[in-house]
Amino acid sequence: MTRKTEKPFLEGWFAQGEAGAHLLGSRCTSCGTYYFPRQARFCRNPACAGEQFEEVPLSRRGRLWSYTDACYQPPEPFIAADPYLPFAIAAVELEQEQMIVLGPVVQGVDVAALTVGMPMELVVETLSETATERHLSWKWKPAP
Amino acid sequence: MSRDIAILGVGMHPWGKWGRSFIDYGVTAARAALKDAGVDWRAVQFVSGAATIRNGYPGQVAGATFAQALGWQGAQVNTSYAACASGSQALAAARSRILSGECELALVIGADTTPKGFLAPAKGERPDDPDWVRFRLGITNPTYFALYARRRMALYGDSVDDFAQVKIKNSEHGCENPNARYRKRFTPAEVAASPMVANPLRLMDVCATSDGAAALIVASLDYARRVGRGDAPRVAAISTVTPTFASANIEMPDIATDSAVAAPAHSFRAALPAKAYEEAGIGPSDVSLAEVYDLSTALELDWIEDLQLCARGEAAALLRSGATRVGGRLPVNASGGLACFGEAVPAQALAQVCELTWQLRGEAGARQVSGAKVGITANQGLFGHGSTVIVKR
Ligand SMILES: [Zn+2]
Repeated sequence: MTRKTEKPFLEGWFAQGEAGAHLLGSRCTSCGTYYFPRQARFCRNPACAGEQFEEVPLSRRGRLWSYTDACYQPPEPFIAADPYLPFAIAAVELEQEQMIVLGPVVQGVDVAALTVGMPMELVVETLSETATERHLSWKWKPAP
Repeated sequence: MSRDIAILGVGMHPWGKWGRSFIDYGVTAARAALKDAGVDWRAVQFVSGAATIRNGYPGQVAGATFAQALGWQGAQVNTSYAACASGSQALAAARSRILSGECELALVIGADTTPKGFLAPAKGERPDDPDWVRFRLGITNPTYFALYARRRMALYGDSVDDFAQVKIKNSEHGCENPNARYRKRFTPAEVAASPMVANPLRLMDVCATSDGAAALIVASLDYARRVGRGDAPRVAAISTVTPTFASANIEMPDIATDSAVAAPAHSFRAALPAKAYEEAGIGPSDVSLAEVYDLSTALELDWIEDLQLCARGEAAALLRSGATRVGGRLPVNASGGLACFGEAVPAQALAQVCELTWQLRGEAGARQVSGAKVGITANQGLFGHGSTVIVKR
């Protein structure tokens, strides 16, 4: 079996570092507002005229704000396995950034294993596959 | 000076999956509204169309399309696109023309033909579009409704049985409504037996998409008095405010909220009615009935609190008390709501106003809310659009 090419489904949205996976956000150098996806042009805080941003890794841990799952196969551009495998979805609150970020939950973790308020951490896992490629995404996973 | 306008006529094409053009539905609704108002189409001075860019419309512009189908007669024309709030923005455009004295009589109209299944994004690889990104991750509209529902369960102790009771209540209302698509009473067992879509929400908790159309004939109060309709229901407020940064709730189609490190977090849903109450000079305690956007059963409970009809976290208790059913103290979705209609995006906000108009005239038949004097609507859709309209008599 030939090895599939692995690549992120979106380039530059997340990275796997020494300490683990993190999302790549940006931060307004004037008012400190964080952005994910990254903002590079104009700060959206109406009280801020900032146009300078620094790229920052976002907190890789947060608290589970809410969660659900996708029992039915989502429409395109979602790329489904055959047969379709339902998966959980998490909304995680990042304390330092004061924002909530959505993402799929890692394979094998069902909604029954999730509780609002529990600690979660970011990991990188396969989102979808084709015959030749494996597409990676950020995912949320219950943290120890 | 009054900032009100009169609603002289309302009309709808029944919601369903009829397999015809949105133009067909729109003209049916417009003709019904004209007849209801006793107005000749050629007397209408302004046509305000509510549009969508997703479903029935590629290449067509709502206002002019309906004006042509009704017969070009030289009226001024306008088209509004604001997702689920398109109808309210079209109504706001008509109100501005009327209050500025540019016209006295206007038609406001919205109609849609919808595809089967999930509302999906446009084709192509478009990572700059948040709608594309979230569908690529498998995050559909019910994902968001389910996140809000689970949050209610965790914060307020709501149960899936409470959510089912919203469906049961609305199905009882809607089976009396000739314009509703689903006219069947549901039992708790039927809701519980429907397939899970997005935990904790089942198929019977989530609204469908439908074909449908709604139209209003609105006029200046002077015009209404001249034609002997000075007592017609009035539009007392239209709120179409944007969210305020930092917007605290995770909203379709975004995958993250605003960061609230530099500005306080704000609730968008709560801001919409707050502006309308202020504009109308009317408070939550004056409200006789509400038509709210029950994209999911649980979302109806959020709206009741956002409309300040009860304290935060107490909507399920209000539901359990029977207050929100027709015959109760504060009926919610007497029309049957989206549970019985399904969503026809550019028509839905106008359909809410149609229902309030019938209720305030005392013409709602078996679903009549007795003594209805003030009604309020609420809806919210993609891209920071939402609206609230207050109708009073
Ligand atoms: Zn800034």
